Amino acid sequence: MTNPLYQKHIVSIADLSRAELELIVETAGKIKDQPRPELLKNKVVASCFFEASTRTRLSFETAVQRLGGSVIGFPDGGNTSLGQKGETLADSVKIISSYSDAFFMRHPQEGAARLASEFSSVPVINGGDGSNQHPTQTLLDLFSIYETQGSLEGLQVAFVGDLKYGRTVHSLTQALSLFGCEFHFIAPKALAMPDYLLEELREKGVKYTEHDGFDGVIDQVDILYMTRVQKERFDETEYQHIKSSFILSADLLEGVKSNLKVLHPLPRVDEITTDVDATPYAYYFEQARNGVFARQALLALVMTNEFGAA
Amino acid sequence: MKKQLQVEAIQHGTVIDHIPAGQGIKILKFFHLADDNKRITVGLNLPSGNRPNKDLIKIEDTTFSEEQANQLALFAPNATVNLINEFDVVKKFKVALPEQITRVFACPNSNCISHNEPVDSRFHVRSNDGDTKLKCHYCEKSYSTNLFSELD
Repeated sequence: MTNPLYQKHIVSIADLSRAELELIVETAGKIKDQPRPELLKNKVVASCFFEASTRTRLSFETAVQRLGGSVIGFPDGGNTSLGQKGETLADSVKIISSYSDAFFMRHPQEGAARLASEFSSVPVINGGDGSNQHPTQTLLDLFSIYETQGSLEGLQVAFVGDLKYGRTVHSLTQALSLFGCEFHFIAPKALAMPDYLLEELREKGVKYTEHDGFDGVIDQVDILYMTRVQKERFDETEYQHIKSSFILSADLLEGVKSNLKVLHPLPRVDEITTDVDATPYAYYFEQARNGVFARQALLALVMTNEFGAA
Repeated sequence: MKKQLQVEAIQHGTVIDHIPAGQGIKILKFFHLADDNKRITVGLNLPSGNRPNKDLIKIEDTTFSEEQANQLALFAPNATVNLINEFDVVKKFKVALPEQITRVFACPNSNCISHNEPVDSRFHVRSNDGDTKLKCHYCEKSYSTNLFSELD
């Protein structure tokens, strides 16, 4: 039995169907329940970080090792011949893919993973290309939602903070819109969801509302997805003002739905106060841990035929 | 009574008709039509029945390919292309927006990987209520056609 992702590239969330997204989150759940330490035995996976990203790299490399595979690669672009000698990415990819059974990559330029997929002889997994896509973040978000809510279907999801520049928010709304979820966007005007994305949601018939604070929304939702407001985008006074309206503290969580979970792609600064960590709603640390299971699921699906379509 | 042609007939070649007034010169420039020393007659701001004025281009000894004709749709969505042989129209087609446009434009995103790698630029064409957008195959950003300097 073949699974539809076998030997496929994972470049952009928009390339994945609803059934494929479900297959990935279900597989992540299976691997979390029952580790598969021998699945990638004798396989070599390349970990190519043309730009440093410690969190993502450690999560990917842990995923490979937990499945029994070995990792080759580099943690940043500075020491590669691409950086030093001017080799094209296309050439680097041809060589690296001839050494390995799959490879994941992070690159500072948009479109790098798509380009790599056109020159690679093995599956490419995008670990972030400039400001464009970071599909494995979206997949671990989906897995965390599925795991805590038992389904991805018809959920009420609030997104809070920097919705303008936050690509994790953009990709997650894209993915969840396939499952009939309703969105609530809570952001300062200067960081509101971009018009072109709202237009896309309207075209797909997705329901959403926009708010300038938690009031009237927080007790309605199943998922509260927090993001960091980046200080460098504002002057100091404006930042202090904006920041204070989008901070989640434990007292705001009184009277929320019992199944509510708070997610955050991390790192957090002070948009979630530490008293939230002890509440039953905090799920962001488990979410980060889930990144390893989501990435194991992807590697398992693109590199083996062990997990067939449901 | 024989109808008087507004622009002289050609023996062999291509006639592009129903170009919105003002776009004719851009099309000449974009397709480098004047570079080959071919005889070209251009009509600007010609009356077109009860429709708005139009531009018209007649190029001798040049046959427009379907690919070129479809690229025309970016400037002139209602244009017609007539292929002429011995003063007769041997083929006539309306232009249609292509699904993809390759090689023609550079991606406006300066951080797009397509600029420094051995690949052709490539855009997926999407049209919504007459608003045409090009989405880069690589960086996945969408652009309105007026953002492309090649179209000015």
